Amino acid sequence: MCTMIATQIPITGSGKKQDGWFVLREANVSYDHPFHAPNEHTLNLDFVNEALGPGARVAVELDVASARALVEAITAVLAKADTGGYIVD
Amino acid sequence: MYETNQYEGIIAETVMIAGHNGDDINAYFARPLGPGPHPAIVVIHHMPGWDLWYREVTHKFAHHGYLALSPNLYYRDGHGTPEDVAAKVRAGGGVADNQVVGDVAGALRVLRNHPTSNGKVAVFGTCSGARHAYLSACQLPGFAGIIDCWGGRIVMNEQELSVKQPVAPVDYTATLSCPVLGIFGDEDFNPTPDHVNALEAALKAHGKSYEFHRYPEAGHGFFYYDRPAYRQAQAMDGWQKIFAFLDRTVRI
Repeated sequence: MCTMIATQIPITGSGKKQDGWFVLREANVSYDHPFHAPNEHTLNLDFVNEALGPGARVAVELDVASARALVEAITAVLAKADTGGYIVD
Repeated sequence: MYETNQYEGIIAETVMIAGHNGDDINAYFARPLGPGPHPAIVVIHHMPGWDLWYREVTHKFAHHGYLALSPNLYYRDGHGTPEDVAAKVRAGGGVADNQVVGDVAGALRVLRNHPTSNGKVAVFGTCSGARHAYLSACQLPGFAGIIDCWGGRIVMNEQELSVKQPVAPVDYTATLSCPVLGIFGDEDFNPTPDHVNALEAALKAHGKSYEFHRYPEAGHGFFYYDRPAYRQAQAMDGWQKIFAFLDRTVRI
């Protein structure tokens, strides 16, 4: 059953669909039914631009282990970039 | 029972109906040809949206002789593929309960007033659609039966309540005005067997007519032939239970 566990954050970046790149404005993170993955629930990432309509979406559905591994990988890569002095906010 | 020399015909099309607050929404309407009178059913789609499975099920009911109307509960959220629209709704925490009940009321009105209707209308839903079906059957007079297929969050704890879903549907059970058919998988995580027990206890406490079927070795969504959760034997038996229930409640 749908969990309704979802949150949205504003983001800055670009995403690529089959027909090309578009500007991303929001990321939706949910733990709920996937559309394609074979699991009952997955960690779902939807990178979207709501102003462009529902079709402006890059979607990812991950099982829990993959989602946790991704979080760790992102954190590790950012830490390395930080340590190397590459991040200049 | 169908025989091969029998005439059959249905029409299926997208129509506009008046939903909550009189808003225009679209709906998929499949119905038998011929003068009727036909029994009817509102088909409420699940969280993954107004998708192919739901259009096929709407067709299936029409094939079995029902005026079947499936409102697009996500109409206000824009248009695109059903998945993209459903993903947008998912990110927003779903649709508001009162809006859904208003949209279902609109579908009920269309079916009761249709010139080929026998005036008897059931409501069917799976997953969140079953939750919405239960909510609607409690809040709207006029349904002759409700089919709850693995509706989760009918029984909710305080932490699950939100602005959009402020009351657990089970708490409206006192005002439920029609018999319930419940189809559940014992391996489902929501509703769990304990959730189903709690719903059954509420129906019993309020003296409501209900019939529950709980299937072993089946989990959530075991009718969905396009998902690994599909369980052929349990699904076929479940469909038989559904059509037997409809025979008793709306095909009369």
